[in-house]
Amino acid sequence: MKIGVFVCHCGTNIEGTVDTAAVAEAAREFPGVVFATDTMYACSEPGQDGIIEAIKEHKLDGVVVASCTPRMHEPTFRKTLERAGLNRYLFEMANIREHVSWIGKDREANTNKSVDLVRMAAAKLINNKPLNAKFFDMNKKVMIVGGGVAGIQAALDCADGGLDVILVEKTSSIGGKMAKLDKTFPTVDCSSCVLGPRMVDVAQHPNITLHAYSEIEEVNGYVGNFEVKIKKKASYVNWDLCTGCGICMEKCPSKKADNPFDEYLGKAPAINIPFPQAIPKKAVIDPDFCIKIKRDKCGVCAKVCPSEAIDYTQQDEFITEEVGAVVAATGYDLFDWTVYGEYGGGQYPDVITSMQYERMLSASGPSEGHVKRPSDGKEPKNVVFIQCVGSRDKSVDRPYCSGFCCMYTAKQSILTKDHIPDSQSYVFYMDIRAPGKMYDEFTRRAMEEYGAKYIRGRVSMIYPKGDKLIVRGADTLMGDQVEVDADLVVLAVGVEAANGATDLAKKLRISYDNYGFFMEGHPKLKPVETNTAGVFLAGACQGPKDIPASVAQGSAAAAKVLAMFSKDQLESDPAISVVDIKRCIGCGKCISTCPFGAIKEVDFRGMVKAEVIETICQGCGICTSTCPQGAIQLQHFTDNQILAEVNAVCRF
Amino acid sequence: MSDSLTYAYYPGCSGTGTSMEYDMSTRAVCEKLGIRLTDIPDWSCCGSTPAHTVDHSLSSALSARNLQLVEKMDLDTAVTPCPSCLTNLKSAEHRMKKDEMREKVNKLLDNPYNGGVSTKSVLQILVEDLGLKALKESTIKPLKGLKVAAYYGCIMNRPPEVMNFDDPEHPMAMDNILKAMGATVLPYPLKVECCGASFGIPRKDVVMRLSGKLLDVADDIGVDALVTACPLCQMNLDLRQTQINSATGAKHNIPIFYYTQLMGIALGMNEKEMGMDKLCVSPRKVLDAIGKEEKK
Repeated sequence: MKIGVFVCHCGTNIEGTVDTAAVAEAAREFPGVVFATDTMYACSEPGQDGIIEAIKEHKLDGVVVASCTPRMHEPTFRKTLERAGLNRYLFEMANIREHVSWIGKDREANTNKSVDLVRMAAAKLINNKPLNAKFFDMNKKVMIVGGGVAGIQAALDCADGGLDVILVEKTSSIGGKMAKLDKTFPTVDCSSCVLGPRMVDVAQHPNITLHAYSEIEEVNGYVGNFEVKIKKKASYVNWDLCTGCGICMEKCPSKKADNPFDEYLGKAPAINIPFPQAIPKKAVIDPDFCIKIKRDKCGVCAKVCPSEAIDYTQQDEFITEEVGAVVAATGYDLFDWTVYGEYGGGQYPDVITSMQYERMLSASGPSEGHVKRPSDGKEPKNVVFIQCVGSRDKSVDRPYCSGFCCMYTAKQSILTKDHIPDSQSYVFYMDIRAPGKMYDEFTRRAMEEYGAKYIRGRVSMIYPKGDKLIVRGADTLMGDQVEVDADLVVLAVGVEAANGATDLAKKLRISYDNYGFFMEGHPKLKPVETNTAGVFLAGACQGPKDIPASVAQGSAAAAKVLAMFSKDQLESDPAISVVDIKRCIGCGKCISTCPFGAIKEVDFRGMVKAEVIETICQGCGICTSTCPQGAIQLQHFTDNQILAEVNAVCRF
Repeated sequence: MSDSLTYAYYPGCSGTGTSMEYDMSTRAVCEKLGIRLTDIPDWSCCGSTPAHTVDHSLSSALSARNLQLVEKMDLDTAVTPCPSCLTNLKSAEHRMKKDEMREKVNKLLDNPYNGGVSTKSVLQILVEDLGLKALKESTIKPLKGLKVAAYYGCIMNRPPEVMNFDDPEHPMAMDNILKAMGATVLPYPLKVECCGASFGIPRKDVVMRLSGKLLDVADDIGVDALVTACPLCQMNLDLRQTQINSATGAKHNIPIFYYTQLMGIALGMNEKEMGMDKLCVSPRKVLDAIGKEEKK
């Protein structure tokens, strides 16, 4: 085999601490290598053209590029080889950036390590075989998990693109966090007036099937052919019959159920439709508070329901949907601020969260749009907003910025003035982060037109004095301590990953970060993809995002799904396991260790043998190290190829 | 209550001087509850407030010397009533986890300290090792009708990664002890605020303002007495109460107890043993009222 080696400078990324020319020179002595050179940017157009030229000029059979991580550019160079007429698997990459130049400063040691890595790559390449991808069919249906604004956008865009869409939402109505908001920044237009029609579109779209009050139970299969088990939680109401008239809610004698939609301000009836614009507008019984279910008395809702929809014996139901792609749009949760002892730790009723305040401002909220102190129902005059509660704070393990709290605080200070003209807002902030379109102008308006007093500094303590709350903080611009007598304190709580996000990530086999947010495929170039083919992301499940960003990502995810489904067939990766049928003794060890269930037992002329299901195999290689006979080999990573690498690096 | 309740006792300098009543009541209460306190022989000052502002290794050496003496006693836990001593002992322990610091400090000591002693406040062992249940059961004269607030001061639980006990913003240990012994404990929002500490000497006005606020809020919520766990806090609030009154025009008359003093009363010991006569603001009325409420 004639091998060509290309050692990339990556500008100063590699050349800064690795003598690439020396690596190329050393490579010329390796077995099989007939050509070696260093190159400024191997991935650039002239860089790739150089590789193609060298392949032709030196009649190369295989190529080693020593540069960055294969995750970044392996596909790029494989395509380069194909353009030069070689099989794409006659290519090897040595990672001398992430594994060498970025982590060490000693130029000599780095150069030596780079030489070793190139030697290994060349040794493996000699044993490489041309491999060819196969094509398989896919199911052109998409599942969107999460019915917030990002999920709604993704669902509508996919459906408008002609796809069949399954939308799964865990609560009884779509709308997510946005449906709870009173107004949105920076336009101060009514949130439900913007979102409401989009929710109706979802309900009316012929291509969308909505499973509300449902959760993902299990995900099997692979890109193009996922099989998803969905749990439809028992609502104790036959939704085919329920018309959403709401008589049951009025008549229900148990009015002590939790009210998550109103952020636990006030209570709800045990049978409940969360808000007037709910989609689907169907009732759900909270079994913890239903007198009939708990004590077998009452039964009022069943008596008053005009369509006889109540079913106290309903059980959870499981259904299976087959889809080709999944979009995760599970959103976020709000930080539990009660860990802040200095803010009262949840003890003072007049210290509330921003979302509770939002419900208070909303005309459909628990106080019908009147701002009232929870303790005594009085209208507050001095309202203090505290920003960065559970964001940018290492001490509570939330070092990241939640991004939109600065904006909603400005909005709420404006709305406070609208609701109570003789009120005064105070905003304690660390710094104002308002980088979106019209955002900075908006916060300026809160200060200049609405007279909100912005105080730069953290609050050290809140304590009650009489019926007031004393908010003590630092004014770091004045260099002094300040104390504000507040009637109401609103905590701008930060964002954290949705409850249960990591469980879902495991089911979808996608990565998540330290804080439970889902990881994108690449921070810059693959913002809506994941590392699992066919699973995409939209909205705040990936990290804190405001409405415009969530909607944009919803559309982006839909575009990715549509692009994927625009092909007739998907290409499979040939780097999968194959069984040497002559060596296989049918012990079944590989079957029991395969985490993907990709190996099955087959009958071969009366003997038991293993067989790999090509489309399910992920190429992890666990089976190959398990097989006592060495009968199962992972193509492109065979024992011989790996031993060749080991021998190359341990040659002394 | 077996041998596990045996500790090396570090009274601290205040305990032998300005806060004798704290030391007396601590010893008496512990004895009554079956907690054995053995004085550290030849203990020296922990460095108090000034030492650590000058040199960390010297100040750590002062405390490490005491810890090393505990090691010699074959005990693994040192206890002290004073939060300031506790901070110094614990900080020394914390700092000496770094090899460089340990070497530096051990050079200053006659005998090196190996790091086998943990330090706790008496408050911590009462709550964690003895337990509230035992306290409740040992109570002979419940503190019925007594409305108090617990004031911890700023260093008993801080910094949390060093002190490692209770909540740094909302400690409850003292509240729970007093509750267990029958007192009515009111929520005191300033329980971890600074009293002004040793600023009483260079900047008296600071203490007048800070301690004044503590007394204002205590009066606001209607306590009969404040209960402290720190000699310096107690001194600022008690000894300086008349000064504060004349500086701010207030008319406070709030007895400031050490929590151990009230525990002693609840355990049936007499006022003399608890050093009640050493308090500046007279606790007479409050002490007489204990247990009387129902008879009214």
